Amino acid sequence: MITNPRAVDRIAIRDSLGYPAITLLASMIGFGSLVNESGLPLGMAIAGTLGIWGLPGQLTLVEMHAAGASAFFVILGVSLANARFLPMAVSFMPLMPSRRKGMASDFALVQMLSINSWAAGLKRFPEIALELRRRYYVVFGSICMSAGLIGTIIGYLGVEMMPREIALGLIFMNPLFFAILLAGVNNRPSLIALLIGAPLGLFFHIVLPDFDLLLTGIIGGSLAFWIAQRWPRPDNLP
Amino acid sequence: MTTFSYFGLTLLTFGAILGTYFWRGMGVLFASRVNSAGAVFQWVTFVSYAMLGGLIARMVVLPIGPLEETSLLIRSLAFATGVTVFLLLGRRVLPAVLIGVGSFITMMFFSSFNVAAP
Repeated sequence: MITNPRAVDRIAIRDSLGYPAITLLASMIGFGSLVNESGLPLGMAIAGTLGIWGLPGQLTLVEMHAAGASAFFVILGVSLANARFLPMAVSFMPLMPSRRKGMASDFALVQMLSINSWAAGLKRFPEIALELRRRYYVVFGSICMSAGLIGTIIGYLGVEMMPREIALGLIFMNPLFFAILLAGVNNRPSLIALLIGAPLGLFFHIVLPDFDLLLTGIIGGSLAFWIAQRWPRPDNLP
Repeated sequence: MTTFSYFGLTLLTFGAILGTYFWRGMGVLFASRVNSAGAVFQWVTFVSYAMLGGLIARMVVLPIGPLEETSLLIRSLAFATGVTVFLLLGRRVLPAVLIGVGSFITMMFFSSFNVAAP
């Protein structure tokens, strides 16, 4: 059991500076370049990265806005795209209890939660003393958010200096990154929902472009839910 | 494309941030009091996955914005390359993304070369 704060800092830095920071840097470079190419301001890219802090929702914001959806549906779409934060927070927050009563700090800390910190916490927390887990989470999350912020700015500013082919490659990185990250989820019903959604999304985009993503989500998600109810194995991580 | 109102975009972005934080905040409120594998949570998770599947397909097949100027064939081939590399080579995200994007850029260079030289 690790009880030394300095040791916790070192582990958090080492865990985050490798794969998670590079992944976030790369994916947010893609996001930043998309925001620029969609004709939107840098401030929106930065606010999107730090405020939403989830690639699916960030892409939904830019894409639905570019598609001309009304603000209400854009916000609803972004929100639904990030709905997985609910089960993630529910299962994760109790793993790093506060020393003080009340949960004011929890409401601030939960903003840093992402698939990276969630996975790192689940892996490392068992070996870290209960009162030092928040320290690990904050150090890890701060480095991840910094990497994401730097990537967003690099992508936004850099896309203008690139040859056209590479700039388009950076934009193309968005759906690819996103598909590969989601394909790595070890949960068969979620993958089924993803696969059902793909053709539905194209269909509704052609037939009812204003409501395409919402209809895709509700119909495809309900269909996947119906299938999962008939699936004997309960593997329910988000 | 560049005619936007900063005020409108600020409100939109703020709304999107609140719409996302809604789930995080509810997660803190409900933490340890409910089972995160419950039916409602499961349904909500599937709704977002289906939506994201639809968004990915649309970004690749019927993109809006700059990718419209690229060909469907190149986008589909590069997408399939990236996902195949991911599934076949030990499920490593970064190499798969780099190879997929690399194949996209390579194909773009060759196709623009062909267009430039009739």
